[in-house]
Amino acid sequence: MTPQRVLWVSMADSPVSPPFNVRWPKAGRTPQRAESKPPKPDGTSPETAKKTDKEDAFLMALADLQKHHGNIQRTDFGTCIHAVNGVELVADPSGTLYWPTTETLVVADLHLEKGSSFARRGQLLPPHDTMATLRRLRAVVERWQPARVIALGDSFHDPDAAHRLSDEAVATISGLMHQRAWVWITGNHDPEPPQGLGGTSCHEVREGGLILRHEPALKDCLGELAGHLHPKAALLRRGRMVRRACFAASRTRMILPSFGAYTGGLNVFHHAFDGMFDGRDFHALMCGKNQIYRIAAHHLS
Amino acid sequence: MAMESIRDTDSKGDTEDAAQLIAANGSVPVGDELPAVFNDWFEGKGWSPRPHQMSLLDRSRAGESTLLIAPTGAGKTLAGFLPTLVDLHRRGKLVPGSADAKAGIHTLYISPLKALAVDIKRNLETPIEEMGLNVRLETRTGDTPSHRRQRQKTNPPDILLTTPEQLALLIANKDASHFFGNLRYVIFDELHSLVTSKRGHLLSLGLARLRRLRPKLQAIGLSATVSNPSDLCRWLVPQNKDGIIGAQDEAGLITVEGGAKPEIEILDTKERLPWSGHTARHAVEEVYEIIKANRTCLIFVNTRSQAEFLFQNLWRVNEDNLPIALHHGSLDVGQRRKVEAAMGRNALKAVVATSTLDLGIDWGDVDMVLHMGAPKGASRLAQRIGRSNHRMDEPSRAVLVPANRFEVMECQAALDANYLGHQDTPPLRQGALDVLCQHILGMAVAEPFQEDDLYAEVISATPYSDLDWDTFERCVHFVATGGYALASYERYAKIKRTQDGTWRLTHPRFAQQYRLNSGTIYEAPSLTVRLLRFAKRDRKGLTATRGGRVLGKLEEYFLEQMVSGDTFMFSGQILRFEGIRENEAIVTPAVSNQPMVPMYAGSKFPLTTYLADHIRAMLADPQQWSKFPPQVAEWLRIQQQRSILPRMDQMLVETFPRGDRHYLVVYPFEGRLAHQTFGMLLTKRLERARAKPVGFVATDYCVCIWSLDDMGAMIGDGRLSLDALFDEDMLGDDLEAWMEDSFMLKRTFRHCALIAGLIEKNHPGQEKSGRQVTVSSDLIYDVLREHEPDHVLMQATREDAATGLLDIRRVGDMLARIKGEIVHQNLDRVSPMAVPIMLEIGKEPVPGEANETLLAEAAENIIDEAMHV
Repeated sequence: MTPQRVLWVSMADSPVSPPFNVRWPKAGRTPQRAESKPPKPDGTSPETAKKTDKEDAFLMALADLQKHHGNIQRTDFGTCIHAVNGVELVADPSGTLYWPTTETLVVADLHLEKGSSFARRGQLLPPHDTMATLRRLRAVVERWQPARVIALGDSFHDPDAAHRLSDEAVATISGLMHQRAWVWITGNHDPEPPQGLGGTSCHEVREGGLILRHEPALKDCLGELAGHLHPKAALLRRGRMVRRACFAASRTRMILPSFGAYTGGLNVFHHAFDGMFDGRDFHALMCGKNQIYRIAAHHLS
Repeated sequence: MAMESIRDTDSKGDTEDAAQLIAANGSVPVGDELPAVFNDWFEGKGWSPRPHQMSLLDRSRAGESTLLIAPTGAGKTLAGFLPTLVDLHRRGKLVPGSADAKAGIHTLYISPLKALAVDIKRNLETPIEEMGLNVRLETRTGDTPSHRRQRQKTNPPDILLTTPEQLALLIANKDASHFFGNLRYVIFDELHSLVTSKRGHLLSLGLARLRRLRPKLQAIGLSATVSNPSDLCRWLVPQNKDGIIGAQDEAGLITVEGGAKPEIEILDTKERLPWSGHTARHAVEEVYEIIKANRTCLIFVNTRSQAEFLFQNLWRVNEDNLPIALHHGSLDVGQRRKVEAAMGRNALKAVVATSTLDLGIDWGDVDMVLHMGAPKGASRLAQRIGRSNHRMDEPSRAVLVPANRFEVMECQAALDANYLGHQDTPPLRQGALDVLCQHILGMAVAEPFQEDDLYAEVISATPYSDLDWDTFERCVHFVATGGYALASYERYAKIKRTQDGTWRLTHPRFAQQYRLNSGTIYEAPSLTVRLLRFAKRDRKGLTATRGGRVLGKLEEYFLEQMVSGDTFMFSGQILRFEGIRENEAIVTPAVSNQPMVPMYAGSKFPLTTYLADHIRAMLADPQQWSKFPPQVAEWLRIQQQRSILPRMDQMLVETFPRGDRHYLVVYPFEGRLAHQTFGMLLTKRLERARAKPVGFVATDYCVCIWSLDDMGAMIGDGRLSLDALFDEDMLGDDLEAWMEDSFMLKRTFRHCALIAGLIEKNHPGQEKSGRQVTVSSDLIYDVLREHEPDHVLMQATREDAATGLLDIRRVGDMLARIKGEIVHQNLDRVSPMAVPIMLEIGKEPVPGEANETLLAEAAENIIDEAMHV
């Protein structure tokens, strides 16, 4: 393969379309521009030095890859556009997905009240996870101003979790729902719709060529957006194994990263992902600090 | 073979055969107080009781707690048990099944090692049997089968020999007040080694509880020589006991002078004394001659790799096929037991051992201890030398074999200290809060407690004597509901305050949880090192390169602090660190032939502050150099000409160019852990000063940083200020940033969270399914750091990090010490004193002969350059 020097050029075989096809959010709602400039290939850009060293190592790892393979996709807004079944979607570095044509924000696996769920069983984890999760979500919603939010299941860590929400959490959720549609897709952790929080609830949403459900299915999955598996990807370069939550995405489906504060990740090569993609024919859209990094599966560890 | 002999002839003949725990001859007032059966027994053996044994008996009868400090082999253990045996003899035989017979144990013996408890039981059984005493003794360790533990509860033995972990479980039991209701003595063996760790903190809280169950309880401490005995004396008796009349402030102290003074020599090698390295390869033949000339030798080394190296090299020269064995912690248990058994039979000529043999068990007719490399601490040296020779009236004999020139000074310092009776055991630390949290839950498991009462009990334990009420209360609330600012966990509380004001366990399952998770022992996890070949980076990616060869195991903390593309030497090759995958470290063959990160082959133990001071003093005083071999003295003289030797209160900084690099060498003498932290911070600072540092290496003595820019010139023209470079604020933001980066604090947090019971230990057979079963301690740490940075566990974590792996405290003390006392020498070439650390750059014990030759050539070059006046 001929190495490409320019970061911005998309690969010919990539399912990604150039950004001008995308309907961006209305004026004044432009996603925050990522502060970081792309690192120079030698990884010595002064901008990278300002970040934490972990981020730095990540960027250097990417620069390394870029030098050797030249096929990392970056876009100008920290986001990454990826088409599933021909529908263009915008992966946000927060781990959420924006669906421009329907002005919908999709978020997976919030696992609210996971801390208190453990507390019930005698492990008194810090109870701040719900608010930490909701505050992050609020920041994303304020940025994208979506007309609709779809929570992709496992929004609550257990069937009783919605009842344990603090007043502050309930107020935050209803603030988020204000003047926008909200869909709770049910998951294995929260098979029943939450009571008294508003929003609608269903098992799946089929719309505009996409199927939104919690657990990825082996059949009938063309255009599927799912959660459940908490994908993360590991990049081994320059002396560091850098692990990040990621979107695991092919042309036919996408599995979203988990959003909740106490949710760990599962490596995309774990056997739970078997059958989801055609071999390694998928990309990991890894969530950097202000940037999505699109990396072909065969570069991952 | 010429040896420099330090011999002390003032032999008091106080050593004895400890294997039998028996005193030998002695001008002692024969114990009138001893019951006839004891006197007869002593006489039958041709022995009489030692003064310290009788003295301990007297004091115990007077109701005192006592600390007995005696060198290994002075009949310490029998002394400790004598009051018990005499008391039990007086009591006589109990009617089986009577209330008295079930009244609980009489004496509790606590040892740091399971094996030691078992050993002591065997050794005590002999005199008990021979005297026909009616005493039942049993051990209780992690290996004791549950039916016997159960029987011990219903039908307690007179003497129970156990470990600190088992004591914690025993007191966290509803029956504890009955089980310990008649306890008279508690004996702590090897107390000096117990008290400095978190294990000791838990044990001291256990002792406080025993004293509450049994106020008249007497503690007997047995210890090797320590620098500050009154610390241990206080440890044995309750603190903060205002108004209690007649209570001891400190336990009584009986010190047995060291018996025959050991004969310690430093090997004056005929070979050329190495500049660096820790293998002492030059001395293998001379060591072999010493083995031949003695009955049985114990050869101590500081690390596993040194043990392996020496063992192989000894066998290479072992033309007489002498039985020489190896003993270290990574060896299979069965293998170790075989060696120990052969040693007991006196079937071995020599054993090469690591610190696994430091403590406890005496066996065989060891008549010579060899110590390879520097002992790193005077107390450790004394402990190890004590392993040799328990025959009467013969002094222990030991030979120190320094592996390089700095170690000659260190050995001399340790020898002076030993000669002067100086000890350098670490100071006692304040009790850890995570341990306290664990204990509080344990006490609730035992029975409901009143907060005031438990506080009074806790502060009677020496490590917690300064604990304030607020902190204690925070710990109680942590145990109850997690201690968070949000009061959202009230309904899940593990313990709750009831109407009568007592805190009670809310559910029996928390008792089970406590039992499964108690204890403080945490083994530094190690990772398998796997070598992959990244020759091809084709479409198939890493799948093609999975598998690969396992090279061995390395400590996780070493691997985790490595940064991008670092190269290091391991298993005889230079490797490039790629990353950590699950529980494996992935490495690839390195292109460079100069490893950047030293794989420290020296000592696990950092140089103690005491020895460091001593070495600085020796360097500053040329009159002391006559003690050294001529090679070392000459080295220092040339250093004096070519650069300088700093005064004792100064710190030397040298800069010089070499090849296409510029070097900066700092000589703080603060030990490896502190130097590594210091080196990392210094590198960050130099980076900011745009000196373009490339790498650094740290030894026990100094730190060397190399860079692309001329640091000497930068210091000269003021672009780089030494005062600013070494300012104490180094421990501020840079430290925070580095700690986060190196995962050190997160790992410390994990340890604290495990001990405090926030997260549960993984138990064997309990499979993790990958993501939902546990919450990673890293995620908890992130949330807690953001929302409650002052949480009691964060406090515990920071306190731990300050003295643990990072040795921040020592870096801080050092920065304060050198303020305004930095001497800079800008040189045109490497100085003699810098040679050892220059050779550490890229140097490892290399098995390959070709590599060795290359290194030797490189070394010659540097040395010629340095020593050319």
